[in-house]
Amino acid sequence: MSVANRPVHRPLSPHLQVYRLQLTSALSILHRATGIALAVGALYLAVWVMCAAASPRTYATFQDFNASIVGRFVLGGWLFSAFYHLCNGIRHLFWDAGYGFELKDAYRSGWIVVGVSLVATALSWIIGLRLL
Amino acid sequence: MDDRRTPLARARGLGSAKDGVHHWWVQRLTAIALIPLVVWFAISLVMLSGADYAVVRAWIGSPLVMVLLILTIGIGLHHGQLGMQVVWEDYTGGALRVVMIVFTKFLAALFGLGAIVAILRIGLGG
Repeated sequence: MSVANRPVHRPLSPHLQVYRLQLTSALSILHRATGIALAVGALYLAVWVMCAAASPRTYATFQDFNASIVGRFVLGGWLFSAFYHLCNGIRHLFWDAGYGFELKDAYRSGWIVVGVSLVATALSWIIGLRLL
Repeated sequence: MDDRRTPLARARGLGSAKDGVHHWWVQRLTAIALIPLVVWFAISLVMLSGADYAVVRAWIGSPLVMVLLILTIGIGLHHGQLGMQVVWEDYTGGALRVVMIVFTKFLAALFGLGAIVAILRIGLGG
C-alpha cells in the first residue's frame, strides 16, 4: 500500500454523541440563557409595581399567580438567574480587566460562581418560606 | 498589513458600525451599577415574602426605596435591552433582526416608563 492510499486517522471534530461539555462553555451558555430570562424577568418586575399601583384587586390577582406552582417556579427561576448572572457577570468584569484567563483560574472562578449562586438561591428560599 | 483607514477615521475610532465601543462600554457600566442594586433588591424581595398589599405599597413608596427601585428597574431594563440586542444580532438576520431589536428597545422603554410612573404614583399619591 502506498503512502497516499493508507487510511489516515485524523482526530474527529466534536460530535454530538461523544461531546463532553466543558464547565467553561456550559457556564457561558448559562450566562446568556439567564440573561434572556432576566430580560423577561425585568418586564415582570415592572408589571409587579404597576399592579401595586393599580388596585388591591389587580395586585391580588398578581399575587395569586405568584403563589401558584407555576408562579413559585418563575420566582425561583428568577432568583437563581439573578444570582447566577450577577456572580458570573462579576467574573466577566474581571476578565474585561485582564484577570483570570489561565485555564486553572477560569475553572476555579467557574466553580465558585456555581457554588455561590446555588447557596444564595437556597438561602433565599429557606428565609423566604420561613417568613411566609 | 497596511491600515487602509484615513487618519481621521483612525483617530475617531468608531469602526464600521459608526458606534465604536459605546455599546460594550454602556453594557459594562450598567453591569457595575446593577451589582449593588440587584443584591439590595434580592434581599428586599426575600424579606417581603408574604407581605400584604399595604406593606408592599408602603415599602415601594418610601423615598429611598423609590429611588433605588427606579434605578434597579431602569438600569436593569437598559442592560437587558443591550444584551437582547446582541442575542438578536447573533441568531437572526435581515428584516427580522431589525424588527426584533426595535421591538425590544420599544418594549423596554414602555415598561420602564410604566414602572417609573407606577412607583411615583404609589410614593407621591394619586
